[in-house]
Amino acid sequence: MSKISDAFKKGKAFIAFVTAGDPNLETTEKFVLEMKRSGADIIELGIPFSDPIAEGPVIQEANLRALASGTTVSKIFDMVKRIREKSQIPLVFLTYINPVLKYGYDAFFAKCKETGVDGIIIPDLPFEEQAEIPNRHGIDLIPLVAPTSEARIRKIAAVAEGYLYVVSSLGVTGMRSEIKTDLKSIINIARETAKVPIAVGFGINTPEQASQISKIADGVIVGSAIVKIIAEKKSVGEYVKKMKEAI
Amino acid sequence: MFNGRFGIHGGQYIPETLMNEIQHLEQAYLHYKSDNDFNMELAYLLNSYAGRPSLLYYAEKMTRDLGGAKIYLKREDLNHTGSHKINNVLGQVLLAKKMGKTRVIAETGAGQHGVACATAAALLGMECEIFMGKEDTERQKLNVYRMELLGAKVNVVTSGTQTLKDAVNETMREWVSRVADTHYALGSVMGPHPFPMIVRDFQSVISREAREQILEKEGRLPVAVIACVGGGSNAMGTFHHFLPDKSVRLIGCEAAGLGIETEKHAATIAKGTLGIFHGMKSYFCQNSDGQIAPVYSISAGLDYPGIGPEHAHLHDIGRAEYVPVTDEEAVCAFEYLSRMEGIIPAIESAHAVSYAMKIAHDLPKKENIIICLSGRGDKDVAAIARYRGVNLHE
Repeated sequence: MSKISDAFKKGKAFIAFVTAGDPNLETTEKFVLEMKRSGADIIELGIPFSDPIAEGPVIQEANLRALASGTTVSKIFDMVKRIREKSQIPLVFLTYINPVLKYGYDAFFAKCKETGVDGIIIPDLPFEEQAEIPNRHGIDLIPLVAPTSEARIRKIAAVAEGYLYVVSSLGVTGMRSEIKTDLKSIINIARETAKVPIAVGFGINTPEQASQISKIADGVIVGSAIVKIIAEKKSVGEYVKKMKEAI
Repeated sequence: MFNGRFGIHGGQYIPETLMNEIQHLEQAYLHYKSDNDFNMELAYLLNSYAGRPSLLYYAEKMTRDLGGAKIYLKREDLNHTGSHKINNVLGQVLLAKKMGKTRVIAETGAGQHGVACATAAALLGMECEIFMGKEDTERQKLNVYRMELLGAKVNVVTSGTQTLKDAVNETMREWVSRVADTHYALGSVMGPHPFPMIVRDFQSVISREAREQILEKEGRLPVAVIACVGGGSNAMGTFHHFLPDKSVRLIGCEAAGLGIETEKHAATIAKGTLGIFHGMKSYFCQNSDGQIAPVYSISAGLDYPGIGPEHAHLHDIGRAEYVPVTDEEAVCAFEYLSRMEGIIPAIESAHAVSYAMKIAHDLPKKENIIICLSGRGDKDVAAIARYRGVNLHE
């Protein structure tokens, strides 16, 4: 079991996403530690990208703010180093493949290992293209399955490392009032082959939704709702505490 | 079997939500590609509706003026809707209909692909939504109204740089949100496999005709075929059937904007580096951190930070040459062809005309070259007037 999978052992995991560098990296560092104190079990750090095609408006804007503040991959690694001096919470990068390619695959994963990043999610690197990054220096590659994955669920779940990310709904990231997908059947199929815990994300923002999802999944991932709270300068800690208590 | 790779380029770098759909699209395409009824229906549409075959016109006056090789123009500007875009769109919308889709969505830059798509959707009875950057909707108001007239809904894209690249982003986001009844009719030889293959195949009618026509007229192959390149669909269509003819130089003209030594260009081969974006591995204009660069060209149709993966491969192996052409050079060619031959070319196509003007003189008179005149220039008249300081608005 990896450090990420271990984070699911104490019960249902709350996985909190923030865009690194929104509004700047000092603030992101502060929020990561605050979310950890408030009960987050795993942190997903979004590496900002100029053209995030899987994101809805809330995270798109966060990406633009982060880039405008001068955030780069190297500076994010520096921030990870600083976080690691204070906390051992599992850290997962969410990044599009291009910044990783540009950094150099081997150099990128070596740097993840060196600074203490535990896993990576790449929304534009589907199962068929995973050969792009064969040598990951032990960093968990967390794959996604979607409501349209059907026959693909078993083979994707079988190779999942860290956790399996189940996308709750069609479309891009963002808060939804209702999740209509038959998540239970997707999760049941995934469990046939998955050797890692299963977490659900996309659209979740209320404690009620989180509570419902946690009945069928091992973890709940929340992104846009947190990014919105950051943008509105409200209390991230309070929200995370409330969500963690609900699951 | 073809795996969607052109050398190291191509691939399918897209969200998981679309993977089943795109594999289904590939299967459906491979099925219909060799289906007699489908091909007859498409041939009927291309010939009886779009006006194919397009002329291969001998530009005699221009040839005399330049004093070198004979210049032929492949007149895609004479197609219905005024550009080569209709070739691909009729194929894709017909395919989508056969697949049981009821709705097509597409990106557009200048509006040529959007208008073609709206046209095909109207003809074939499909719902149609077009995504267009806000900046482009303001530059091309007439095309917006044209698409609406044809029954399409035009969505104004306000994210990012509000141009073609962002229109592609937004169309992909829409497709991820509603995939069951919707086909994304991608407009160029780009994006994830199988799009670069499908669009190339539908556009290859250009070189199939041109090769036959030139052999009939001249009894010999051209020494060069020249086309403009943004994503690269008219160029790929123009190159395809000449690929095995090693004596034929294949030349793609990229938009150099204000010059490739400035930041204001869209010359992907000249200035781009290897990347993965919009579903494909290829060359892209980007910064050292892998952020896609804002690009610029006077031509909205070439204003794209990437290039189709097959072009990237043809560049790698040296089979095709890619050359930068600036705004100023393209505008001069736009004016030159208008006066010399009475043909107003699209500003995109004028990039290819410009390069032909550079090289024709030094090629032997017994030889010939073919320029793909990918579109007509009516849409550009106001912009060129403004470029020349005439205060003209549509």
